[in-house]
Amino acid sequence: MAEKEEFTFPSRFESVEEAALRTEDFARKFGFGDDFISAVDIAVRESVANAVKHGNKLDESKPVEVSLTCSGDWLELTVRDHGPGFSHEDIPDPTEPENLLKASGRGIMFMRTFMDEVEWSNHPSGGMMVKMRKKQ
Amino acid sequence: MSDITIAERQAGDVTILDLSGKVTIGEGSVALRNTIRRLLGEGKNKILMNLAGVGYIDSSGIGELVSSFTAVNKEGGTLKLLKLTQKIQDLLAITKLLTVFDVFDEEAEALASFE
Repeated sequence: MAEKEEFTFPSRFESVEEAALRTEDFARKFGFGDDFISAVDIAVRESVANAVKHGNKLDESKPVEVSLTCSGDWLELTVRDHGPGFSHEDIPDPTEPENLLKASGRGIMFMRTFMDEVEWSNHPSGGMMVKMRKKQ
Repeated sequence: MSDITIAERQAGDVTILDLSGKVTIGEGSVALRNTIRRLLGEGKNKILMNLAGVGYIDSSGIGELVSSFTAVNKEGGTLKLLKLTQKIQDLLAITKLLTVFDVFDEEAEALASFE
């Protein structure tokens, strides 16, 4: 049976740390190991930072919603913002020579690298949602 | 309060920045940007960044390292990295930035490379 916890954070940078701490607590409760938690930690920080900065554009009236689900060996993390959305396919590959010295564009790559599955969708009630899954 | 501490020392004409804490989105990245900007304003453009005390860096912090590197280069200077933790080394490898930065494990060796 799946166990789920949901949190709502204001759109400010401090929420990144708070979301990471909640996620670590959740993962430890279900016995996930240090390496696994370290990988998920990177993904949650990057996704919440994206939601705060690029999605909600630091508008504290717009929440960032995080849900954590443990189902067997799997941990699922969803992060939803209330921004206009974006196409992740438009984010250029940061490892291409012409992009190496760009200051941004690496967060999505980290999410894809450290999680097993990552998918973006437009939430039916508005905003962008990213769902990420990783197996122990 | 900022999550990052940046201590500064001089070894000849090389400025060594000892970073500790977190280089992350928000204050950590801004503090680093301001330090680099100030050093360049003071004409100090040989910079060795010691990351031994950095427990965490995110994509924004890595972006700030890249911005620092390009800003220093633009001023005709050089920025090199010292003592990467395994985690930071992994992130720089994934992003192929180990091909961009000069990275050293020993301070003496790093300082000699500026000569």
